[in-house]
Amino acid sequence: MGLEEKIPSGIMLTTVEKVAGWARARSVWPATFGLACCAIEMMQTGGPRHDLARFGMERASNTPRQADLMIVAGRVSQKMAPVLRQIYDQMAEPKWVISMGVCASSGGMFNNYAIVQGVDHIVPVDIYLPGCPPRPEMLMDAIVKLHDKIENSKLGVHREKEIEALEQARLRRLPLRGALRQVAAAPAPAGPDAPAVPATAGREASQ
Amino acid sequence: MSDASAGTPGAGEPREEQESANLPAVAGQERLAERVVRTGMFGTRTTGDTSGYGGLRVRRPPVISSQPPYGSYFDELAGQVAAALQADGTSFADAVEHVVADRGELTFHVRRERLPQVAAKLRDDPALAFEICTGVSGVHYPDDPGRELHAVYHFLSITHNRRLRLEVSVPDADPHIPSLTGIYPGCDWHERETWDFFGIIFDGHPALTRIQMPDDWKGHPQRKDYPLGGIPVEYRGTKVPSPDQRRSYA
Amino acid sequence: MTTTHEGHAGTAGDTTVNPGDPGEAAAGGARGGAAPPRATGLDDGTAEGRVYTVSGEDWDQVVAAADEMADSPGTGHLVVNMGPQHPSTHGVLRLILTLDGETVTEIRVSIGYLHTGIEKNMEYRTWTQGVTFCTRADYLMPIFNEMAYCLAVEKLLGIEDKIPERAQIIRVLMMELNRISSHLGGLGPFGMELGATTIFLQGLRFRERVLDLFELITGLRMNHAYIRPGGVAQDLPPGAIGKIREFLRQAPRLVRDLRKLIDANPVFIARTKGIAYLDLQGCITLGVTGPMLRSAGLPWDLRKSQPYCGYETYEFDVPTVDTCDTYGRYMVRMDEIEESLKIIDQCLGRLSGKRPADDPVMIPDAKIGWPAKLSLGPDGLGPAPEHIAHIMGQSMEALIHHFKLVTEGFRVPPGQAYAAVESPKGELGCHAVSDGGTRPYRAHFRDPSFHHLQAMAALCEGGMIADVIPAIASIDPVIGGVDR
Repeated sequence: MGLEEKIPSGIMLTTVEKVAGWARARSVWPATFGLACCAIEMMQTGGPRHDLARFGMERASNTPRQADLMIVAGRVSQKMAPVLRQIYDQMAEPKWVISMGVCASSGGMFNNYAIVQGVDHIVPVDIYLPGCPPRPEMLMDAIVKLHDKIENSKLGVHREKEIEALEQARLRRLPLRGALRQVAAAPAPAGPDAPAVPATAGREASQ
Repeated sequence: MSDASAGTPGAGEPREEQESANLPAVAGQERLAERVVRTGMFGTRTTGDTSGYGGLRVRRPPVISSQPPYGSYFDELAGQVAAALQADGTSFADAVEHVVADRGELTFHVRRERLPQVAAKLRDDPALAFEICTGVSGVHYPDDPGRELHAVYHFLSITHNRRLRLEVSVPDADPHIPSLTGIYPGCDWHERETWDFFGIIFDGHPALTRIQMPDDWKGHPQRKDYPLGGIPVEYRGTKVPSPDQRRSYA
Repeated sequence: MTTTHEGHAGTAGDTTVNPGDPGEAAAGGARGGAAPPRATGLDDGTAEGRVYTVSGEDWDQVVAAADEMADSPGTGHLVVNMGPQHPSTHGVLRLILTLDGETVTEIRVSIGYLHTGIEKNMEYRTWTQGVTFCTRADYLMPIFNEMAYCLAVEKLLGIEDKIPERAQIIRVLMMELNRISSHLGGLGPFGMELGATTIFLQGLRFRERVLDLFELITGLRMNHAYIRPGGVAQDLPPGAIGKIREFLRQAPRLVRDLRKLIDANPVFIARTKGIAYLDLQGCITLGVTGPMLRSAGLPWDLRKSQPYCGYETYEFDVPTVDTCDTYGRYMVRMDEIEESLKIIDQCLGRLSGKRPADDPVMIPDAKIGWPAKLSLGPDGLGPAPEHIAHIMGQSMEALIHHFKLVTEGFRVPPGQAYAAVESPKGELGCHAVSDGGTRPYRAHFRDPSFHHLQAMAALCEGGMIADVIPAIASIDPVIGGVDR
């Protein structure tokens, strides 16, 4: 009908979602929350051999105000938990969280009074990365998966619908027992202000 | 070789085991008088014991105190400490309840009121010259009434290349120990940590506050009566309790 | 975010477990003891004056209080928090500085943000499993944590002279490799904190080679749980000696490159010469050991004065300078890296020389030594097939030993022992108490970083705020060891 249809590969017909996703995935600045042993492996990932600079992520933004990604690397103690939450709150939307290592994902080998059993008690997590500590290659795999997720995440109303659908699918999938089954049967309320990283949609486990 | 001699000791061997003191009846009496240190085979203490060996009683005398000579440089050291204390008019027995020389290490169990005096002598006396106190740590013995909390100090002498341990025992009801920060400033944080984890109060410490736990924490976590505090680990369909709640095989 | 559960009623002293519950302060009535949450200006009458609990959302009160304490209020004394999340504090260390312009008039160190309860966790595991816990305390020098712990356990067991010689040589080899990787792991971030990311990258590049060796020998790049009471977990895999030789060939050039970059660098010198001065008197008063003590001129090294693992048979020097400043400590650490390379060379000489046919790496005593004879097979790391054949087919006793040792663990006669090693940061000591059982009754680690951070006030007060960073870096603390 016009010039637009003659231009190959739909150059002028892309969506805002795709452009935003494409841009966001390629400019992630980590607010490295290096706590313990995983922080050392994160440092090594920024080192010359495994090179985080290939993603543009070697510039760790130490101020959370300019950071997009919080990599919680290491065990979170009870004393550190409020600090973690505060740093997360200080980050501007859109933001994502990778919990690196088993201590951040679930408390790890330290199932005791001093360690928060999984940083998802405090902040919503996008990628869980197991390992004690995970190799730099594993961290990069998690980052690549996160890039994938960022690039394909929807915006606005589409996102809310996506969260809704994901939640229903998950609830149907789990072998639920007792009370939870009733929750699954009832229609889940749609929240008007879904957070940038909805908690349920964020539970994608990294291999 | 005749059959009669097959299982019996040869004629020329000493008959030590036939001495009256070593006969089973007598030696057994002495053993029965000792304290029971463990019951049950494989050390099971809960109802997890299905082996039927729960009736076993193992008696072994604990190392409570050593008598001189202690061995190696310990005697010389004890003599020097005694001499240093004597200069102040304090006798060795006044300050030190008992001495343990075990596993190549010397431990003085010091009375708490004498602790600063002994520490000052360790630091200042040139024959002793324990320049460095590497720190305090606590141990909690709930089964030892009246002496539940122990504070253990390790000293290092660079000049003489020697080590010494001082141990102070205090009851739970009155967990006060004089602070050594005036003599060894490096003990500052160690005493705070021992207060934080065990509840031992160091009198004279400039700022005895929590150091590892959050400031508003209740309880002293490394005491034996404080639980480990884990949560049950969830799997699909089951939960595994935290390590201190699990059935123990030891 | 905090776990809440009921504890059993304890003896005197508050032991109820409701960690997140604000309420009355802990019984025991310590002066300056646990204060109620969010309380500031709590007049506890301690010797230093009022104690302020800085716990959050009360910064305005802290600043107001600092202002009123100043000589003339409103002169601009600034209270600044270098909070636990900071790029330059070597981990989650919190510093509260009172500044007069650029000068630091007071510095207070707040730790505990990484407290993991390792020592308490060890009380619920067997003696051998304790190694996997203690190795994560100071995560830049895991081998040294394991070594101190195993030395203490072996002292308690009374088997110090029964450890096989090959195990001792491998232990020394691993310790010196760890010394190199620890010094580099401190030097890299040191450079980054000064703004020199090249030092960071060069240091990490060198460190990768050491981590490669660790991965080859132990299976893991860090937190290896390799040294166990009685010996080491497994023997060197085939080809390891060749790879270590290769590393030794490349390492001097890497060290030289680093030194060319840093040693005479005018910016580095300007930032580190004369900074964080702590002379011998100060070091001894504060009980400081390790490179800080050696930078003050005293050549005290436990490897020479109280040797363990056969260190008395190796030839190496103890680098010492007497400048007492950050630059001196940096020089000591670089020299120590070179000395470690010498020791590793000697270890290789012994390992590849004439060795007996049966060269165990674990004590032969079947009641103590880890039974599995771990080795690398086609499907990964596990018990050697010969061992499995032995316990399944040939010896019931070996099967029982294996079973008992792995599930229950060996028993350690009651008593206590303190073993110290010369770690890259100073004297690392482990105080182990046994009640005769299969689990540690108490395992306490005297960590050098914990002890040395007390010296921060002596190093920084009176200096400029920018000098706080090199000061911390010269202590080289690892907060995992500080907080455990």
